[in-house]
Amino acid sequence: MRYESPQTIEAASALLASEAGLARILAGGTDLLVQLRSGMVEPDLVVDVKNIPTMTSIVEENGGYRIGAAVSSAVMNEHADLCAMWPGVMEGADLIGSTQVQGRATMVGNLCNCGPAADSVPGMVAANAIATIVGPNGRREVPVIDIPVAPGKSTLAKGEIVESVFLPAQVKRGGDAYLRFIPRTEMDIAVVGVGVNIELDDSGVCTHARVGLGAVAIKVLLVEDAAKALIGSKLDDAALDKMAAATSAACKPINDKRGTIEFRTKVAGVLAVRAVKIALERANKRASNGGEK
Amino acid sequence: MSGIHVSTKINGDAVEFVCDVEETLLDVLRDKLGMTGSKEGCASGDCGACSVTVDGRLTCSCLMLGAEAEGHDIGTIEGIAKGTQLHPIQQKILDHAALQCGVCTPGFVVAAKALLEKNPDPTETEVRFWLAGNLCRCTGYDKIIRAVMDAAAEMRGQ
Ligand SMILES: Cc1cc2nc3c(=O)[nH]c(=O)nc-3n(C[C@H](O)[C@H](O)[C@H](O)COP(=O)(O)OP(=O)(O)OC[C@H]3O[C@@H](n4cnc5c(N)ncnc54)[C@H](O)[C@@H]3O)c2cc1C
Ligand code: FES
Ligand code: FES
Repeated sequence: MRYESPQTIEAASALLASEAGLARILAGGTDLLVQLRSGMVEPDLVVDVKNIPTMTSIVEENGGYRIGAAVSSAVMNEHADLCAMWPGVMEGADLIGSTQVQGRATMVGNLCNCGPAADSVPGMVAANAIATIVGPNGRREVPVIDIPVAPGKSTLAKGEIVESVFLPAQVKRGGDAYLRFIPRTEMDIAVVGVGVNIELDDSGVCTHARVGLGAVAIKVLLVEDAAKALIGSKLDDAALDKMAAATSAACKPINDKRGTIEFRTKVAGVLAVRAVKIALERANKRASNGGEK
Repeated sequence: MSGIHVSTKINGDAVEFVCDVEETLLDVLRDKLGMTGSKEGCASGDCGACSVTVDGRLTCSCLMLGAEAEGHDIGTIEGIAKGTQLHPIQQKILDHAALQCGVCTPGFVVAAKALLEKNPDPTETEVRFWLAGNLCRCTGYDKIIRAVMDAAAEMRGQ
C-alpha cells in the first residue's frame, strides 16, 4: 500500500485515476481504518485529502455554507452560525460516534461510505445539500441523495472526489431536524433515522418540505410522498398522520436483533412526526428573529 | 524498505520516525517510540484506550495512520504529569480509587483533560457524554465520573 497526501484536489484526482490497483480516499479514516485493519479492503493506494485547503474550510456562500469534505464534525459543530442555520444537519453529524470519532469523522466520509444508517445523510438530503465533485473530467454538482447506491457503493466514478458540500441559505421561516432511534443513548447504529426540512409562509402554511429517511432500506431515501402530505397544510394532525403513513410506506427495512421490520416501519413514521414538530418550532423561532438563528 | 519518514511533535518535543504505511499512530507510539502509555483495547475506535490529542483535538490513535501525523502536534498520556507531579485528574483518579486493571485509565485521563480544557465547569451529563467513547470493563463509570468532576472543581480553585 502507498500513502499520498497531495496539496490540490486535481493532483489527488490524478493519483486516483492513474492507479491500476485499488485506490481509496482517506478523510477522517474512521470507516477506512477499521476496514483496513479488519482486511475488508486492501488498497494499493490511499490518498489523504486533509492537506487540500479547499477541502478543509467552511465558507459562507450566497447566504449558505460550503463545507469542505475533509472538515471534521467536531470543527463543524463549533461553527455557531452554521449550527444556527442548519441545526438538524449538524445534529446528525454530531451523533456519529464518540468525542474521539467526532475529532476526525467527516459528513462526506459518512456519505461516501454509503452505509444505509449513516447519521448525517438524512439531514443533508432533507436540506437538499449539493456535493461538488472533482474528477478527471472536471467538476460537477450532484444532490447528495444521488451519491449512495448501496452499502459501500456510490455513483462516483474512478478518480472522482467530493470536494465540498453546499448547504443553501435557510429561508426566513424554515427549520430542520434529525432524530434517530437507537436502543441506548450513545455509541450505536441507527435503527431508524429521519431528517426533515420545512419552509412555511407568513400564514404558517407549509410551502416546501423534504424528508430524508435512513436505516430502513438499502440506501438513504428521499420520501417525496411524505413531503407532499405536508405541503399546503398548516402541519395539523391530519397532515402529520398522512405524512407518518407515507414515511412508513417508504420503508423496506431488514429484520435484525436491533429492530424488526414492523418496529422499524412504525418508528419511522413516529420519528418523522416528532422531527417535523421540532423543525416547526425552529422555523417559527427563526422567523421571530427576523430570519436569523 | 519503503518506510515513510514523518516529522511531528509529541508532547512538545520534535520527534521524527520512519513507519510502514499500514502502521497506525498507536502502533508507532507503542512499538517504534516505546511510548506504551496509550493502550490498544479494540483497534476499532470503540474503546478510547488509545486516546491522544492531535493539534489539541481528542482522537483515537488506532484510527489514524502514523503517516497522518506529519506536521501535527500529538499529545499523549506521557506528557500529562510534570515529572513526578501528577495532573489533578490523575491524582483524583487515585483518590477516588477510580481504576482497577488500569488499561482504560490513560485514555480516560487524556479525554478528560481535553474536556476540561474546553469546558472547565462541565455538568455530570456533559462529562458522561464526552467520555462515552471510553470504555472501562472493571471499575464501572461512577468513580471515574466523580474523579473527573472533583478534578474539575479543584482546577477551578473550588
Ligand atoms: C466507534 C465508531 C462509532 C461510529 N458511530 C457512527 C454513528 O453513530 N453513526 C454513523 O453514521 N457512523 C458511525 N461511524 C462510522 C464513521 O465514523 C462515519 O461513517 C464517518 O462519518 C466517516 O467519515 P470519515 O471522514 O472518517 O471517512 P473515511 O473513513 O475517511 O472514509 C469513508 C469512505 O468514504 C470515502 N471518502 C471519504 N472522503 C471522500 C471524498 N471527499 N470523496 C469521495 N469519497 C470519500 C473513503 O474512500 C471511504 O470509502 C462510527 C465509527 C466508529 C469507528
Ligand atoms: S484501541 Fe483505539 S479505540 Fe480501542
Ligand atoms: S480499570 Fe480495567 S478497564 Fe477500566
